[in-house]
Amino acid sequence: MPLRGRDLISIRDLSREEIEEALAAAKKMVPYAEGAKVMHPLTDKIVAMAFFEPSTRTRLSFESAVQRLGGSCITIADASVTSMRKGESLHDTIRMLSSYADAIVIRHPNEGAARLAARASDRPVLNAGDGAGQHPTQTLLDLATMQEAFGTLSGLKVVLLGDLKFGRTVHSLAHALAVFGCEIVLTSPPELALPVPARRHLEGMGARVSEQADLRRAIHDADVLYVTRIQKERFGDEAEYRRVAGSYRIDPSVLEGAKPRLAVLHPLPRAGEIAPEVDRTPHAVYFRQSFLAVPVRMALLDMILGSGKRGG
Amino acid sequence: MPLAARELKITPIKNGTVIDHIANGLALEVLRIIGAQSLDKDSTVSVALHVRSAKHGWKDIVKVENMELSPRKVNAIALIAPTATISIIRDFKVREKRSVDLPERIVGIVRCPNANCISNQPEPIESEFEVTSRRPVVLTCVYCEREVDDFLHHLA
Repeated sequence: MPLRGRDLISIRDLSREEIEEALAAAKKMVPYAEGAKVMHPLTDKIVAMAFFEPSTRTRLSFESAVQRLGGSCITIADASVTSMRKGESLHDTIRMLSSYADAIVIRHPNEGAARLAARASDRPVLNAGDGAGQHPTQTLLDLATMQEAFGTLSGLKVVLLGDLKFGRTVHSLAHALAVFGCEIVLTSPPELALPVPARRHLEGMGARVSEQADLRRAIHDADVLYVTRIQKERFGDEAEYRRVAGSYRIDPSVLEGAKPRLAVLHPLPRAGEIAPEVDRTPHAVYFRQSFLAVPVRMALLDMILGSGKRGG
Repeated sequence: MPLAARELKITPIKNGTVIDHIANGLALEVLRIIGAQSLDKDSTVSVALHVRSAKHGWKDIVKVENMELSPRKVNAIALIAPTATISIIRDFKVREKRSVDLPERIVGIVRCPNANCISNQPEPIESEFEVTSRRPVVLTCVYCEREVDDFLHHLA
């Protein structure tokens, strides 16, 4: 089904074919995202950025994507300046916003907020992360990065490392990896393990899922190492945080036993999980990943709001 | 025990609803759903716990006078007591008898156990779940996608 006019709330809303279509469109968008080519399918379109919690790269890459496509943005970058501070519900805020814009991009601290927004809005809503829930555009750019590195997604062995409990990018990504038949290895401290319902969901999809607490063992035959940030606020005790975070730090010595083509991804910002020396190795694809946010979001916006047929 | 003697344990009702074949031990949940504590004065509720049943071993029965259940309450009963039957009684006779049927969506009956779910915030919406598995029953929150199988602990 074409994406035109549709919401993008959860990666589960997209079939494998739709994901493949979005990734192909994103690949064609790369020169437009770099500014080497120009097209403006969103001329006269306004996209509202409704960011109810702080975000730098997600918001800026969406704004960049809209402007590269010739559209313009209206932005809530800080919920404390909206009427929600006066007690206005999210529902009403979104309803108002949907009369000012052609589409809404939402980031919100509560899980399910994007689904509520989609119901309140008569314009398409794109979820840019709701609480520990879904973050489908991040997932698509993660997939785009892996596909660019390996030419395919099928059969890749992917290690998910770090905060698998609260990390919002991981749940969406794990679902998508299962769709493409990837092998999933879960590496996390026990207190941040993937929640049981999420694991059951993956296994229900027929995915090969295993746990390997030892990082070196986990990555020795892996194709992708997906690193997430372990947040200090998840631990009551700073010493415990430092111990756990230290045991999962990626540096060149950890990568010695890995395949030469192992691709290290990270949704960024990093806080010491990956040593800067790794940046100079061929394993580092996380900066490429953050660039691909723009063409992926351009492709999605063009498919949802524009003609969806341009590029190339 | 002969049928007549067994029936006498629970008062027959002239008009109202009989919810039979409730799995043993769940009658109190059914009472909660029908709002037994806040019914009209004319409504007497009788409950039989641990009644021998040919089909299910032991069962509970709830009879409510002068009340027919709303579709929402029937859905809630279907969720917690899927083996139940509902009979509408008029003038001491069974006018209609049917099994409960679990709907595809459960609205306003179960609270999402995820405290951070938007459905637990002061928003003008009701909780809503999709029935994603029937045996065993698993509900998935349409907002946060949390899966719930212990919904008896999360009745709204």
